[in-house]
Amino acid sequence: MSRMTDLTKLTLAEARDGLAKKDFTSTELTDAHIKAIESGNSELNVYVLPTPEHALEQAKASDMRLAKKGNAGELEGLPLGIKDLYCTKGIRTTACSNILDDFQPAYESTVTQNLWDAGAVMLGKLNNDEFAMGSSNETSAFGPAVNPWRRKGSTDKLVPGGSSGGSSAAVAADLCLAATATDTGGSIRQPAALTGTVGIKPTYGRCSRWGIVAFASSLDQAGPLTKTVRDSAMMLKVMASHDPKDSTSVDADVPDYEATLNDGIKGLRVGVPKEYRIDGMSEEAVALWEKGIAWLKDAGATIHEISLPHTKYALPAYYIIAPAEASSNLARYDGVRYGLRKPGKDLIDTYEETRSAGFGAEVKRRVLIGTYVLSAGYYDAYYLKAQKVRTLIKGDFDKAWDEVDVVLTPTTPSPAFAFGEKSGDPLQMYLEDIFTVTVNMAGLPGISVPAGLSKEGTPLGLQLIGKPFDEATLLRVGQSIEDAAGRLAITERWWG
Amino acid sequence: MHVDEATVRRIARLARIKITDEEAKGLEGELSAILDWVEQLEEVDTDSVEPMTRVVPIQLKQREDKVTDGEKADEIVANAPMSEDNFFVVPKVVE
Repeated sequence: MSRMTDLTKLTLAEARDGLAKKDFTSTELTDAHIKAIESGNSELNVYVLPTPEHALEQAKASDMRLAKKGNAGELEGLPLGIKDLYCTKGIRTTACSNILDDFQPAYESTVTQNLWDAGAVMLGKLNNDEFAMGSSNETSAFGPAVNPWRRKGSTDKLVPGGSSGGSSAAVAADLCLAATATDTGGSIRQPAALTGTVGIKPTYGRCSRWGIVAFASSLDQAGPLTKTVRDSAMMLKVMASHDPKDSTSVDADVPDYEATLNDGIKGLRVGVPKEYRIDGMSEEAVALWEKGIAWLKDAGATIHEISLPHTKYALPAYYIIAPAEASSNLARYDGVRYGLRKPGKDLIDTYEETRSAGFGAEVKRRVLIGTYVLSAGYYDAYYLKAQKVRTLIKGDFDKAWDEVDVVLTPTTPSPAFAFGEKSGDPLQMYLEDIFTVTVNMAGLPGISVPAGLSKEGTPLGLQLIGKPFDEATLLRVGQSIEDAAGRLAITERWWG
Repeated sequence: MHVDEATVRRIARLARIKITDEEAKGLEGELSAILDWVEQLEEVDTDSVEPMTRVVPIQLKQREDKVTDGEKADEIVANAPMSEDNFFVVPKVVE
Protein backbone atom coordinates (compact mmCIF):
# COMPACT_ATOMS: atom_id res chain seq x y z
CA MET A 1 0.00 0.00 0.00
CA SER A 2 1.24 3.44 -0.77
CA ARG A 3 1.35 4.81 2.71
CA MET A 4 2.41 8.37 1.90
CA THR A 5 -0.63 8.97 -0.34
CA ASP A 6 -2.90 7.51 2.26
CA LEU A 7 -1.67 9.96 4.89
CA THR A 8 -3.03 12.91 2.89
CA LYS A 9 -6.45 11.25 2.74
CA LEU A 10 -6.82 11.27 6.50
CA THR A 11 -9.14 13.72 8.20
CA LEU A 12 -7.65 16.13 10.72
CA ALA A 13 -9.10 14.06 13.59
CA GLU A 14 -7.81 10.77 12.13
CA ALA A 15 -4.34 12.25 11.70
CA ARG A 16 -4.36 13.53 15.28
CA ASP A 17 -5.33 10.09 16.56
CA GLY A 18 -2.71 8.42 14.33
CA LEU A 19 0.01 10.67 15.70
CA ALA A 20 -1.08 9.94 19.26
CA LYS A 21 -0.90 6.20 18.59
CA LYS A 22 2.50 6.68 16.91
CA ASP A 23 1.26 5.08 13.66
CA PHE A 24 3.34 7.72 11.85
CA THR A 25 5.27 10.88 12.67
CA SER A 26 4.42 14.50 11.93
CA THR A 27 7.44 14.57 9.62
CA GLU A 28 6.00 11.67 7.58
CA LEU A 29 2.56 13.27 7.56
CA THR A 30 3.97 16.66 6.53
CA ASP A 31 6.24 15.14 3.92
CA ALA A 32 3.30 13.30 2.32
CA HIS A 33 1.49 16.62 1.96
CA ILE A 34 4.56 18.40 0.58
CA LYS A 35 4.83 15.69 -2.11
CA ALA A 36 1.12 16.01 -2.90
CA ILE A 37 1.57 19.79 -3.29
CA GLU A 38 4.63 19.30 -5.51
CA SER A 39 2.70 17.05 -7.87
CA GLY A 40 -0.71 18.72 -7.76
CA ASN A 41 -0.18 22.45 -7.34
CA SER A 42 0.70 23.28 -10.93
CA GLU A 43 -2.76 22.06 -12.05
CA LEU A 44 -4.76 23.31 -9.09
CA ASN A 45 -2.89 26.57 -8.29
CA VAL A 46 -4.10 26.43 -4.69
CA TYR A 47 -0.83 27.45 -2.99
CA VAL A 48 0.54 30.86 -3.97
CA LEU A 49 3.53 30.20 -1.70
CA PRO A 50 4.36 26.68 -0.51
CA THR A 51 6.67 26.73 2.52
CA PRO A 52 8.05 23.16 2.67
CA GLU A 53 11.23 23.90 4.66
CA HIS A 54 9.30 25.87 7.24
CA ALA A 55 6.78 23.00 7.45
CA LEU A 56 9.43 20.34 7.97
CA GLU A 57 11.10 22.38 10.72
CA GLN A 58 7.79 22.74 12.52
CA ALA A 59 7.04 19.04 12.02
CA LYS A 60 10.40 18.07 13.52
CA ALA A 61 9.72 20.21 16.59
CA SER A 62 6.27 18.64 16.84
CA ASP A 63 7.73 15.14 16.71
CA MET A 64 9.96 16.01 19.65
CA ARG A 65 7.00 17.28 21.63
CA LEU A 66 4.91 14.25 20.65
CA ALA A 67 7.66 11.97 21.91
CA LYS A 68 7.32 13.33 25.44
CA LYS A 69 4.11 12.60 27.30
CA GLY A 70 1.89 15.61 28.01
CA ASN A 71 3.78 18.03 25.77
CA ALA A 72 1.62 17.90 22.67
CA GLY A 73 -0.73 20.74 21.74
CA GLU A 74 -4.28 20.22 20.51
CA LEU A 75 -3.23 20.35 16.84
CA GLU A 76 0.28 19.04 17.38
CA GLY A 77 2.04 18.06 14.17
CA LEU A 78 -0.98 18.58 11.89
CA PRO A 79 -0.17 20.27 8.54
CA LEU A 80 -2.50 23.11 7.51
CA GLY A 81 -2.81 25.58 4.66
CA ILE A 82 -3.18 29.29 5.48
CA LYS A 83 -5.21 31.73 3.38
CA ASP A 84 -2.92 34.47 2.11
CA LEU A 85 -5.05 37.05 3.92
CA TYR A 86 -3.46 36.05 7.25
CA CYS A 87 -0.22 37.84 8.09
CA THR A 88 2.55 35.36 8.78
CA LYS A 89 5.72 36.69 10.35
CA GLY A 90 8.60 36.86 7.88
CA ILE A 91 6.62 34.95 5.25
CA ARG A 92 5.27 36.80 2.22
CA THR A 93 1.65 37.87 2.64
CA THR A 94 -0.13 39.45 -0.34
CA ALA A 95 -3.92 39.05 -0.01
CA CYS A 96 -3.33 37.91 -3.63
CA SER A 97 -2.98 41.55 -4.69
CA ASN A 98 -0.12 43.05 -6.68
CA ILE A 99 -0.24 46.09 -4.43
CA LEU A 100 1.25 44.16 -1.50
CA ASP A 101 4.08 43.03 -3.76
CA ASP A 102 6.65 41.22 -1.61
CA PHE A 103 5.23 42.30 1.79
CA GLN A 104 6.78 40.35 4.67
CA PRO A 105 4.90 41.03 7.89
CA ALA A 106 6.90 41.72 11.04
CA TYR A 107 4.10 40.15 13.06
CA GLU A 108 1.85 37.09 13.13
CA SER A 109 -1.96 37.22 13.02
CA THR A 110 -3.57 36.21 16.31
CA VAL A 111 -5.50 33.32 14.75
CA THR A 112 -2.42 31.76 13.13
CA GLN A 113 -0.42 32.32 16.32
CA ASN A 114 -3.13 30.36 18.17
CA LEU A 115 -2.65 27.52 15.65
CA TRP A 116 1.15 27.46 16.02
CA ASP A 117 0.83 27.61 19.82
CA ALA A 118 -1.33 24.47 19.54
CA GLY A 119 1.44 22.75 17.55
CA ALA A 120 0.06 23.03 14.00
CA VAL A 121 2.36 22.97 10.95
CA MET A 122 2.10 25.45 8.04
CA LEU A 123 2.38 24.01 4.52
CA GLY A 124 2.10 27.39 2.80
CA LYS A 125 -0.08 30.32 1.84
CA LEU A 126 -3.30 29.68 -0.07
CA ASN A 127 -4.85 31.44 -3.04
CA ASN A 128 -7.89 33.71 -2.70
CA ASP A 129 -9.75 36.43 -4.56
CA GLU A 130 -7.81 39.71 -4.37
CA PHE A 131 -8.48 41.22 -0.91
CA ALA A 132 -11.18 38.52 -0.56
CA MET A 133 -13.37 40.31 -3.10
CA GLY A 134 -14.93 37.66 -5.29
CA SER A 135 -16.88 34.41 -5.38
CA SER A 136 -14.80 32.36 -7.81
CA ASN A 137 -11.14 33.05 -7.01
CA GLU A 138 -10.86 34.60 -10.49
CA THR A 139 -9.80 38.02 -9.15
CA SER A 140 -6.55 36.68 -7.61
CA ALA A 141 -3.37 38.34 -8.88
CA PHE A 142 -1.89 34.81 -9.04
CA GLY A 143 -4.64 33.47 -11.32
CA PRO A 144 -7.49 31.33 -10.02
CA ALA A 145 -7.31 28.20 -7.91
CA VAL A 146 -9.06 25.27 -9.60
CA ASN A 147 -11.80 23.08 -8.16
CA PRO A 148 -10.68 19.42 -7.99
CA TRP A 149 -14.30 18.46 -8.79
CA ARG A 150 -15.27 18.20 -12.47
CA ARG A 151 -18.62 17.70 -14.14
CA LYS A 152 -19.41 14.12 -15.10
CA GLY A 153 -17.82 13.29 -18.43
CA SER A 154 -16.18 16.71 -18.75
CA THR A 155 -12.66 18.01 -18.28
CA ASP A 156 -13.72 21.67 -18.08
CA LYS A 157 -12.19 23.47 -15.15
CA LEU A 158 -14.63 24.68 -12.52
CA VAL A 159 -14.24 27.46 -9.97
CA PRO A 160 -13.62 26.44 -6.34
CA GLY A 161 -15.77 29.32 -5.07
CA GLY A 162 -14.42 32.40 -3.40
CA SER A 163 -12.96 34.21 -1.89
CA SER A 164 -11.41 31.28 0.02
CA GLY A 165 -11.04 29.23 -3.17
CA GLY A 166 -7.46 28.13 -2.53
CA SER A 167 -8.49 26.93 0.93
CA SER A 168 -11.54 24.99 -0.29
CA ALA A 169 -9.77 23.40 -3.26
CA ALA A 170 -6.68 22.47 -1.21
CA VAL A 171 -8.80 20.73 1.43
CA ALA A 172 -10.95 18.95 -1.19
CA ALA A 173 -7.85 17.79 -3.09
CA ASP A 174 -6.05 16.58 0.06
CA LEU A 175 -3.24 19.15 -0.27
CA CYS A 176 -3.63 19.99 3.44
CA LEU A 177 -5.53 18.42 6.33
CA ALA A 178 -7.48 21.64 6.94
CA ALA A 179 -7.19 25.31 6.09
CA THR A 180 -7.90 28.75 7.47
CA ALA A 181 -10.28 31.00 5.59
CA THR A 182 -12.19 34.25 6.06
CA ASP A 183 -15.82 35.17 5.39
CA THR A 184 -17.17 38.67 4.75
CA GLY A 185 -20.27 37.82 2.69
CA GLY A 186 -19.98 34.06 2.20
CA SER A 187 -16.29 33.51 1.46
CA ILE A 188 -16.02 30.42 3.69
CA ARG A 189 -19.44 28.84 3.14
CA GLN A 190 -19.83 29.28 -0.62
CA PRO A 191 -16.42 27.71 -1.46
CA ALA A 192 -17.20 24.92 1.02
CA ALA A 193 -20.46 24.19 -0.81
CA LEU A 194 -18.78 24.19 -4.24
CA THR A 195 -16.01 21.78 -3.22
CA GLY A 196 -17.77 19.31 -0.91
CA THR A 197 -15.99 20.60 2.19
CA VAL A 198 -17.20 21.90 5.54
CA GLY A 199 -16.83 25.60 6.37
CA ILE A 200 -17.97 27.54 9.42
CA LYS A 201 -18.15 31.31 9.76
CA PRO A 202 -18.24 31.95 13.50
CA THR A 203 -20.18 34.72 15.24
CA TYR A 204 -18.67 38.16 14.60
CA GLY A 205 -16.19 38.64 17.43
CA ARG A 206 -15.51 34.93 18.04
CA CYS A 207 -12.09 35.06 16.34
CA SER A 208 -9.65 37.94 16.44
CA ARG A 209 -9.29 39.93 13.22
CA TRP A 210 -5.87 41.20 14.28
CA GLY A 211 -3.26 40.57 11.59
CA ILE A 212 -5.80 39.55 8.94
CA VAL A 213 -5.75 41.86 5.92
CA ALA A 214 -8.92 43.96 6.33
CA PHE A 215 -11.70 44.03 3.73
CA ALA A 216 -14.92 45.16 5.49
CA SER A 217 -14.20 45.37 9.18
CA SER A 218 -17.78 45.11 10.50
CA LEU A 219 -18.34 41.90 8.48
CA ASP A 220 -14.96 40.09 8.27
CA GLN A 221 -14.58 36.95 10.34
CA ALA A 222 -12.03 34.12 10.38
CA GLY A 223 -12.99 30.45 10.30
CA PRO A 224 -11.85 27.02 9.10
CA LEU A 225 -12.43 24.95 5.94
CA THR A 226 -12.17 21.24 6.62
CA LYS A 227 -12.97 17.73 5.38
CA THR A 228 -15.48 16.96 8.14
CA VAL A 229 -17.64 18.65 10.75
CA ARG A 230 -15.46 17.19 13.51
CA ASP A 231 -12.39 18.75 11.93
CA SER A 232 -14.12 22.15 11.92
CA ALA A 233 -14.89 21.70 15.61
CA MET A 234 -11.19 21.02 16.28
CA MET A 235 -9.99 24.00 14.27
CA LEU A 236 -12.51 26.50 15.60
CA LYS A 237 -11.72 25.66 19.21
CA VAL A 238 -8.11 26.70 18.64
CA MET A 239 -8.73 29.64 16.26
CA ALA A 240 -11.26 31.33 18.57
CA SER A 241 -9.98 33.56 21.37
CA HIS A 242 -10.44 36.89 23.04
CA ASP A 243 -7.71 39.23 21.87
CA PRO A 244 -6.96 42.61 23.48
CA LYS A 245 -5.52 43.66 20.11
CA ASP A 246 -8.99 43.44 18.47
CA SER A 247 -11.53 45.49 20.41
CA THR A 248 -14.38 43.70 18.61
CA SER A 249 -13.25 40.25 19.69
CA VAL A 250 -15.51 38.98 22.42
CA ASP A 251 -14.43 37.74 25.82
CA ALA A 252 -16.56 34.59 25.90
CA ASP A 253 -15.77 31.01 26.85
CA VAL A 254 -14.81 28.79 23.91
CA PRO A 255 -16.58 25.46 24.46
CA ASP A 256 -15.15 22.05 23.59
CA TYR A 257 -17.13 21.76 20.36
CA GLU A 258 -16.01 18.20 19.71
CA ALA A 259 -17.36 16.95 23.04
CA THR A 260 -21.00 17.68 22.12
CA LEU A 261 -20.88 16.73 18.41
CA ASN A 262 -22.70 13.45 18.84
CA ASP A 263 -25.28 14.57 21.39
CA GLY A 264 -28.00 14.40 18.74
CA ILE A 265 -30.74 16.86 17.85
CA LYS A 266 -33.85 15.37 19.43
CA GLY A 267 -36.40 18.14 20.05
CA LEU A 268 -34.31 20.78 18.29
CA ARG A 269 -36.44 23.39 16.50
CA VAL A 270 -35.32 23.97 12.91
CA GLY A 271 -36.57 27.02 11.00
CA VAL A 272 -37.07 27.02 7.23
CA PRO A 273 -37.36 30.60 5.91
CA LYS A 274 -39.89 30.99 3.13
CA GLU A 275 -38.04 34.00 1.68
CA TYR A 276 -35.17 31.74 0.63
CA ARG A 277 -37.36 30.08 -2.02
CA ILE A 278 -36.15 32.43 -4.70
CA ASP A 279 -36.58 32.42 -8.48
CA GLY A 280 -33.55 31.11 -10.25
CA MET A 281 -32.68 28.51 -7.64
CA SER A 282 -31.78 25.21 -9.29
CA GLU A 283 -34.27 22.36 -8.91
CA GLU A 284 -31.59 20.20 -7.38
CA ALA A 285 -30.85 22.81 -4.70
CA VAL A 286 -34.55 22.84 -3.83
CA ALA A 287 -34.67 19.03 -3.77
CA LEU A 288 -31.61 18.86 -1.55
CA TRP A 289 -33.11 21.38 0.84
CA GLU A 290 -36.19 19.12 1.14
CA LYS A 291 -33.89 16.17 1.76
CA GLY A 292 -32.10 18.12 4.50
CA ILE A 293 -35.42 18.88 6.15
CA ALA A 294 -36.30 15.16 6.05
CA TRP A 295 -32.92 14.15 7.53
CA LEU A 296 -33.27 16.52 10.45
CA LYS A 297 -36.86 15.36 11.05
CA ASP A 298 -35.70 11.73 11.06
CA ALA A 299 -33.04 12.66 13.63
CA GLY A 300 -35.75 13.98 15.96
CA ALA A 301 -35.87 17.70 15.17
CA THR A 302 -39.09 19.62 14.57
CA ILE A 303 -39.47 21.76 11.44
CA HIS A 304 -41.07 25.21 11.44
CA GLU A 305 -41.68 27.55 8.56
CA ILE A 306 -40.42 31.00 9.52
CA SER A 307 -40.32 34.41 7.89
CA LEU A 308 -37.25 36.62 7.53
CA PRO A 309 -38.98 39.43 5.65
CA HIS A 310 -35.96 41.62 4.95
CA THR A 311 -33.89 38.86 3.35
CA LYS A 312 -34.06 40.32 -0.15
CA TYR A 313 -32.50 43.58 1.01
CA ALA A 314 -29.42 41.97 2.55
CA LEU A 315 -27.41 41.72 -0.67
CA PRO A 316 -27.98 45.29 -1.89
CA ALA A 317 -27.27 46.65 1.61
CA TYR A 318 -24.11 44.53 1.69
CA TYR A 319 -22.97 46.07 -1.59
CA ILE A 320 -23.08 49.48 0.06
CA ILE A 321 -21.53 48.57 3.41
CA ALA A 322 -18.76 46.25 2.23
CA PRO A 323 -17.40 48.57 -0.52
CA ALA A 324 -17.69 51.59 1.81
CA GLU A 325 -15.60 49.89 4.48
CA ALA A 326 -13.23 48.52 1.85
CA SER A 327 -12.61 51.95 0.32
CA SER A 328 -11.66 53.17 3.77
CA ASN A 329 -9.54 50.13 4.67
CA LEU A 330 -7.71 50.08 1.34
CA ALA A 331 -6.75 53.77 1.63
CA ARG A 332 -3.65 52.51 3.45
CA TYR A 333 -2.10 51.21 0.21
CA ASP A 334 -0.31 54.36 -0.82
CA GLY A 335 3.02 53.13 -2.14
CA VAL A 336 4.85 54.79 0.75
CA ARG A 337 4.99 52.46 3.73
CA TYR A 338 4.94 49.00 2.19
CA GLY A 339 4.12 47.17 -0.99
CA LEU A 340 4.26 48.35 -4.55
CA ARG A 341 5.28 51.85 -5.62
CA LYS A 342 4.93 53.28 -9.12
CA PRO A 343 6.73 56.62 -9.17
CA GLY A 344 4.71 59.58 -10.50
CA LYS A 345 5.54 63.21 -11.15
CA ASP A 346 4.54 64.24 -7.61
CA LEU A 347 3.16 62.61 -4.45
CA ILE A 348 -0.50 62.55 -5.56
CA ASP A 349 0.51 61.18 -8.93
CA THR A 350 2.56 58.50 -7.18
CA TYR A 351 -0.50 57.46 -5.16
CA GLU A 352 -2.64 57.34 -8.30
CA GLU A 353 -0.13 55.43 -10.40
CA THR A 354 0.57 52.96 -7.59
CA ARG A 355 -3.07 52.22 -6.87
CA SER A 356 -3.88 51.99 -10.56
CA ALA A 357 -1.14 49.44 -11.15
CA GLY A 358 -1.58 47.56 -7.88
CA PHE A 359 -5.33 46.97 -7.68
CA GLY A 360 -7.22 44.63 -10.00
CA ALA A 361 -10.49 45.48 -11.75
CA GLU A 362 -12.89 44.15 -9.08
CA VAL A 363 -11.02 45.88 -6.26
CA LYS A 364 -11.05 49.18 -8.16
CA ARG A 365 -14.77 48.79 -8.82
CA ARG A 366 -15.51 48.26 -5.14
CA VAL A 367 -13.22 51.05 -3.92
CA LEU A 368 -14.95 53.41 -6.35
CA ILE A 369 -18.45 52.33 -5.28
CA GLY A 370 -17.38 52.75 -1.66
CA THR A 371 -15.87 56.17 -2.32
CA TYR A 372 -19.06 57.22 -4.11
CA VAL A 373 -21.47 56.13 -1.36
CA LEU A 374 -19.34 57.79 1.32
CA SER A 375 -18.79 61.00 -0.64
CA ALA A 376 -20.25 64.33 0.53
CA GLY A 377 -24.03 64.43 0.30
CA TYR A 378 -24.50 60.69 -0.21
CA TYR A 379 -23.57 59.23 3.19
CA ASP A 380 -27.13 59.33 4.62
CA ALA A 381 -28.79 58.08 1.44
CA TYR A 382 -26.52 55.06 1.11
CA TYR A 383 -24.34 54.04 4.05
CA LEU A 384 -26.67 55.15 6.84
CA LYS A 385 -29.68 53.70 5.02
CA ALA A 386 -27.88 50.37 4.58
CA GLN A 387 -26.92 50.28 8.28
CA LYS A 388 -30.58 50.82 9.17
CA VAL A 389 -31.62 47.99 6.88
CA ARG A 390 -29.02 45.92 8.65
CA THR A 391 -30.79 46.56 11.97
CA LEU A 392 -33.99 45.23 10.38
CA ILE A 393 -32.24 42.11 9.06
CA LYS A 394 -30.84 41.38 12.50
CA GLY A 395 -34.31 42.03 13.96
CA ASP A 396 -35.79 39.35 11.67
CA PHE A 397 -33.43 36.80 13.19
CA ASP A 398 -33.96 38.03 16.76
CA LYS A 399 -37.67 37.31 16.28
CA ALA A 400 -36.99 33.93 14.69
CA TRP A 401 -34.96 32.84 17.72
CA ASP A 402 -38.17 32.93 19.80
CA GLU A 403 -39.49 30.08 17.67
CA VAL A 404 -36.48 28.11 16.47
CA ASP A 405 -32.93 27.12 17.49
CA VAL A 406 -31.31 26.98 14.03
CA VAL A 407 -32.25 27.94 10.49
CA LEU A 408 -31.71 25.59 7.52
CA THR A 409 -31.15 26.93 3.98
CA PRO A 410 -29.22 25.97 0.85
CA THR A 411 -25.71 27.47 0.86
CA THR A 412 -25.78 28.52 -2.80
CA PRO A 413 -28.50 28.59 -5.47
CA SER A 414 -26.45 26.32 -7.77
CA PRO A 415 -23.28 24.18 -7.92
CA ALA A 416 -19.77 25.12 -9.15
CA PHE A 417 -19.61 26.98 -12.46
CA ALA A 418 -16.93 27.19 -15.12
CA PHE A 419 -14.29 29.91 -15.38
CA GLY A 420 -15.54 32.99 -17.19
CA GLU A 421 -19.18 31.97 -16.82
CA LYS A 422 -20.02 34.77 -14.38
CA SER A 423 -16.96 36.99 -14.35
CA GLY A 424 -18.28 39.26 -17.14
CA ASP A 425 -21.16 40.57 -15.06
CA PRO A 426 -20.43 41.81 -11.51
CA LEU A 427 -24.09 41.62 -10.43
CA GLN A 428 -24.42 38.01 -11.59
CA MET A 429 -21.35 37.12 -9.51
CA TYR A 430 -22.68 39.01 -6.47
CA LEU A 431 -25.79 36.76 -6.49
CA GLU A 432 -23.57 33.83 -5.46
CA ASP A 433 -23.75 35.22 -1.92
CA ILE A 434 -27.52 35.63 -1.79
CA PHE A 435 -28.02 32.96 0.90
CA THR A 436 -24.86 33.59 2.90
CA VAL A 437 -24.65 37.36 3.15
CA THR A 438 -27.57 37.86 5.60
CA VAL A 439 -25.55 35.94 8.17
CA ASN A 440 -22.66 38.42 7.99
CA MET A 441 -25.04 41.37 8.08
CA ALA A 442 -26.57 40.04 11.31
CA GLY A 443 -23.20 38.95 12.73
CA LEU A 444 -24.44 35.38 13.25
CA PRO A 445 -22.60 32.07 12.92
CA GLY A 446 -23.23 29.95 9.81
CA ILE A 447 -21.94 26.59 8.62
CA SER A 448 -22.03 24.88 5.22
CA VAL A 449 -22.06 21.09 5.16
CA PRO A 450 -21.82 18.96 1.98
CA ALA A 451 -25.20 17.36 1.40
CA GLY A 452 -25.24 15.77 -2.03
CA LEU A 453 -24.32 15.92 -5.70
CA SER A 454 -25.93 17.86 -8.51
CA LYS A 455 -26.98 16.07 -11.69
CA GLU A 456 -23.62 17.19 -13.08
CA GLY A 457 -21.93 15.20 -10.33
CA THR A 458 -20.63 18.24 -8.45
CA PRO A 459 -21.23 19.03 -4.77
CA LEU A 460 -23.98 21.10 -3.18
CA GLY A 461 -24.12 22.28 0.42
CA LEU A 462 -26.70 23.04 3.06
CA GLN A 463 -26.29 26.03 5.36
CA LEU A 464 -27.25 26.20 9.02
CA ILE A 465 -27.55 29.58 10.73
CA GLY A 466 -27.35 29.82 14.51
CA LYS A 467 -27.84 32.14 17.45
CA PRO A 468 -24.91 34.38 18.41
CA PHE A 469 -22.07 32.33 19.95
CA ASP A 470 -23.99 29.07 19.52
CA GLU A 471 -21.49 27.46 17.15
CA ALA A 472 -21.72 24.30 19.27
CA THR A 473 -25.32 23.71 18.15
CA LEU A 474 -24.45 24.44 14.51
CA LEU A 475 -21.67 21.87 14.59
CA ARG A 476 -23.94 19.32 16.29
CA VAL A 477 -26.67 19.76 13.64
CA GLY A 478 -23.98 19.80 10.95
CA GLN A 479 -22.82 16.43 12.25
CA SER A 480 -26.36 15.04 11.80
CA ILE A 481 -26.41 16.22 8.19
CA GLU A 482 -22.98 14.72 7.57
CA ASP A 483 -24.11 11.43 9.16
CA ALA A 484 -27.15 11.32 6.88
CA ALA A 485 -25.50 12.52 3.67
CA GLY A 486 -22.18 10.73 4.00
CA ARG A 487 -18.93 12.27 2.85
CA LEU A 488 -18.71 13.18 -0.83
CA ALA A 489 -15.76 11.60 -2.59
CA ILE A 490 -13.97 12.74 -5.74
CA THR A 491 -13.76 9.72 -8.02
CA GLU A 492 -10.89 10.76 -10.29
CA ARG A 493 -7.70 12.37 -8.99
CA TRP A 494 -6.83 14.03 -12.31
CA TRP A 495 -4.43 16.64 -10.97
CA GLY A 496 -1.39 14.41 -10.48
CA MET B 1 -28.85 56.34 -10.36
CA HIS B 2 -26.87 57.06 -13.51
CA VAL B 3 -23.24 57.87 -12.96
CA ASP B 4 -21.73 59.80 -15.87
CA GLU B 5 -18.13 59.68 -16.97
CA ALA B 6 -17.29 62.99 -15.26
CA THR B 7 -18.54 61.57 -11.95
CA VAL B 8 -16.52 58.38 -12.45
CA ARG B 9 -13.42 60.53 -12.95
CA ARG B 10 -14.20 62.65 -9.88
CA ILE B 11 -14.68 59.54 -7.73
CA ALA B 12 -11.50 57.96 -9.10
CA ARG B 13 -9.65 61.14 -8.22
CA LEU B 14 -11.05 61.04 -4.67
CA ALA B 15 -10.01 57.38 -4.40
CA ARG B 16 -6.56 58.22 -5.79
CA ILE B 17 -6.81 55.65 -8.58
CA LYS B 18 -5.71 56.65 -12.08
CA ILE B 19 -8.10 55.30 -14.70
CA THR B 20 -7.79 55.18 -18.48
CA ASP B 21 -10.48 56.49 -20.83
CA GLU B 22 -11.49 52.96 -21.63
CA GLU B 23 -11.75 52.05 -17.91
CA ALA B 24 -13.83 55.18 -17.26
CA LYS B 25 -16.31 54.16 -19.97
CA GLY B 26 -16.64 50.62 -18.62
CA LEU B 27 -16.99 51.83 -15.04
CA GLU B 28 -19.71 54.28 -16.03
CA GLY B 29 -21.98 51.36 -16.96
CA GLU B 30 -20.89 49.05 -14.14
CA LEU B 31 -21.22 51.59 -11.35
CA SER B 32 -24.58 52.77 -12.68
CA ALA B 33 -25.88 49.18 -12.77
CA ILE B 34 -24.75 48.51 -9.19
CA LEU B 35 -26.20 51.78 -7.89
CA ASP B 36 -29.49 51.14 -9.73
CA TRP B 37 -29.68 47.76 -8.11
CA VAL B 38 -29.05 49.00 -4.56
CA GLU B 39 -31.78 51.61 -5.04
CA GLN B 40 -34.37 48.95 -4.11
CA LEU B 41 -33.46 49.75 -0.49
CA GLU B 42 -35.66 52.84 -0.86
CA GLU B 43 -38.69 50.51 -0.60
CA VAL B 44 -37.78 49.83 3.03
CA ASP B 45 -39.26 52.14 5.65
CA THR B 46 -36.40 52.99 8.00
CA ASP B 47 -37.78 56.20 9.49
CA SER B 48 -37.84 54.92 13.06
CA VAL B 49 -34.90 52.50 12.76
CA GLU B 50 -31.52 53.07 14.35
CA PRO B 51 -28.47 52.27 12.21
CA MET B 52 -26.66 49.12 13.31
CA THR B 53 -23.35 49.97 14.94
CA ARG B 54 -22.41 46.66 16.46
CA VAL B 55 -23.48 43.07 16.00
CA VAL B 56 -23.26 42.03 19.64
CA PRO B 57 -23.77 44.35 22.60
CA ILE B 58 -20.36 44.44 24.22
CA GLN B 59 -18.77 46.96 26.50
CA LEU B 60 -15.49 48.11 25.01
CA LYS B 61 -12.64 47.06 27.24
CA GLN B 62 -10.21 49.59 28.60
CA ARG B 63 -6.61 49.02 29.45
CA GLU B 64 -4.14 50.88 31.55
CA ASP B 65 -2.86 54.01 29.81
CA LYS B 66 0.66 52.72 29.29
CA VAL B 67 2.99 52.56 26.31
CA THR B 68 3.03 48.91 25.24
CA ASP B 69 4.65 49.13 21.84
CA GLY B 70 7.37 51.02 20.04
CA GLU B 71 11.14 51.31 19.60
CA LYS B 72 11.05 49.35 16.36
CA ALA B 73 11.55 51.85 13.56
CA ASP B 74 13.62 49.29 11.65
CA GLU B 75 10.72 46.88 11.51
CA ILE B 76 8.31 49.60 10.49
CA VAL B 77 10.33 50.73 7.48
CA ALA B 78 11.48 47.22 6.58
CA ASN B 79 8.84 46.85 3.84
CA ALA B 80 8.99 50.43 2.55
CA PRO B 81 9.67 50.78 -1.19
CA MET B 82 12.07 53.66 -0.32
CA SER B 83 13.49 54.66 3.05
CA GLU B 84 16.46 56.48 4.45
CA ASP B 85 17.67 56.57 8.08
CA ASN B 86 14.34 55.07 9.19
CA PHE B 87 12.31 57.69 7.34
CA PHE B 88 9.91 56.96 4.49
CA VAL B 89 11.05 58.70 1.33
CA VAL B 90 8.39 60.36 -0.85
CA PRO B 91 8.53 62.78 -3.79
CA LYS B 92 9.00 66.41 -2.81
CA VAL B 93 5.74 67.82 -1.40
CA VAL B 94 6.69 71.40 -0.47
CA GLU B 95 8.49 73.60 -2.98
